[in-house]
Amino acid sequence: MTETAQQMTSAKKIGDVVLAVDNISLSFGGVRALSDISFQVREHQVLSIIGPNGAGKSSLLNVINGFYHPQEGTITYRGVTRKQMKPHQAARQGIARTFQNIALFKGMSTLDNIMTGRNTIMTRNVLWQALRVGPALQEELAHRHRVEEIIDFLEIEHIRKTPVGKLPYGLQKRVELGRALAAEPSMLLLDEPMAGMNVEEKQDMSRFVLDVNSEFGTTIVLIEHDMGVVMDISDYVVVLDYGRKIGDGLPDEVRSNQDVIDAYLGVSHD
Amino acid sequence: MLYRETGQFKTSYQADQAIFPIAQDRWFIFGIIAIAVFVVPFLIDDYGANAVLLPFLVYAMAAIGLNILTGYCGQLSLGTGGFMAVGAYSTYKLFTAFPDLNLIVIVILSGLITAAVGVLFGLPSLRIKGFYLAVATLASQFFLVWMFNKFGWFYNYNMTGMINMPASTMFGLQLTGPGAHPAVRYLFCLGFVLVFALVAKNIVRGRLGREWMAIRDMDIAAEIIGIRPLYAKLSAFAVSSFYVGMAGALYFGIWLSSAEPVEAFDINQSFLVLFMIIIGGLGSIMGSFLGAAFIVLMPLVLKNFMVDGLDIAVVTAKHVEIITMGMLIIFFLIVEPHGLARLWTIAKEKLRLWPFPH
Repeated sequence: MTETAQQMTSAKKIGDVVLAVDNISLSFGGVRALSDISFQVREHQVLSIIGPNGAGKSSLLNVINGFYHPQEGTITYRGVTRKQMKPHQAARQGIARTFQNIALFKGMSTLDNIMTGRNTIMTRNVLWQALRVGPALQEELAHRHRVEEIIDFLEIEHIRKTPVGKLPYGLQKRVELGRALAAEPSMLLLDEPMAGMNVEEKQDMSRFVLDVNSEFGTTIVLIEHDMGVVMDISDYVVVLDYGRKIGDGLPDEVRSNQDVIDAYLGVSHD
Repeated sequence: MLYRETGQFKTSYQADQAIFPIAQDRWFIFGIIAIAVFVVPFLIDDYGANAVLLPFLVYAMAAIGLNILTGYCGQLSLGTGGFMAVGAYSTYKLFTAFPDLNLIVIVILSGLITAAVGVLFGLPSLRIKGFYLAVATLASQFFLVWMFNKFGWFYNYNMTGMINMPASTMFGLQLTGPGAHPAVRYLFCLGFVLVFALVAKNIVRGRLGREWMAIRDMDIAAEIIGIRPLYAKLSAFAVSSFYVGMAGALYFGIWLSSAEPVEAFDINQSFLVLFMIIIGGLGSIMGSFLGAAFIVLMPLVLKNFMVDGLDIAVVTAKHVEIITMGMLIIFFLIVEPHGLARLWTIAKEKLRLWPFPH
């Protein structure tokens, strides 16, 4: 990490704990995906979850946004503790996410995809929408305005009306980030936002992630395999291996943690 | 050369979100509507109304309904005929029970009753998808037709088992029953179709429409960004059935004037409307109109051409017609799943750039 980048991240104001993951265990039949995981995410933090393939990183994100229901343990988000909840409830609490394999609505344009992200905060009922006059029209236009700001922010103005199925991979990732941002989330879960990108695209995406974090104050939890990116942009790192947490701490602490090095490089059994 | 958007700058999001953002398209559609409203009623005769215009309007309404469910929300349905029957029988029961009620109110009420029935039969969609859902809606088709045939209450216990639309007037003009002027019947249907096509377009380009399309394209991702599948799917069934119910009401009340459930609302009706949206274009309101026009007109044109032009026997011509229909369905499914509406868009794109290829 460069000197300036370190100063920037350490100068940022990191607040109280907003998300507490307590003793989460999740298994699918006989396969134990997560065992006894606990960590905390603080406001405005960029927290990375790393670990080898199959360590349970994506499962952990799925537990946080309510897609998987853990057998044991609780999730506390902004003072609300829950065991079982539906993904749309998590969305309404302000948790948005992107996916490892892009999950955009392929038949819809970039604009419509991002507008769909705002559905939870649109309120006019179907009769108003059907008439599309007065308050319903004003609402639609106001949200369009916000969506245009997001499009502007992500520099995707030129593909506004293009069906997303036709876009190249890197842009699709960006649209997906836009859709997640559209809901004005207080926490953003990013599942490998930079997978399959070249260096330049990774730089762009890292910049967007840091900008989201500093401009909108969004707390970010991300999964990433590129250690250079992780060490550069994270405030805190959690390391998983075989469904267990084997270490956490500041990027520099994790880098020198012997368990983490063993997990990544292997241990000689002599 | 005439079809250019050069110089048409949009300075507000409202202008950018217009249904027809290009001025030439707008004038073209306004022109067609103007002809339909002000010219056609003076030219119309009984044959034109019964064989071409009323079928087109009724099926356009039904196709919009099915397109909302299948094209926009991705829920395949084969129950259209049954839901049209619900609309038709609601109209009959309401009209015979309250003869003083305005027919506009009756058609809308019939739509609402069908919406309620549609929600009921849409409940399985929360658990099953695709072909399996199609089979479940097929059950509704057969159940509803059976029910209307079985229980005398639905046809007021008359001897024939048929329902007949009594005569009625609107604004002093005879609208239903024998002897109604074709122009009046045509304008009544046209009014409904125009108003509710606009309503449908507004819904599908608004929040609810985006929810449906999100469910269609990727239901898991839709749920994770906060869309409730239960609400989205059932609302699609409700709105879709509302349209199909109104189509059934117009089908019986204005076009046929008398109907018998096993024939008028059988499974072929469901398939016919499904073919319309496949050929016209899934997920397009414009496509619903194009598909309805195509399927209503194609048999007439083929028949005229083969029977009158080539002197082929009527039975053979009918068979050729069915074969042609089947081939077209296969052709569209393979070559252009988005149907005539997409061909229309591609043609416009080419025209914009003409005479240059790119």
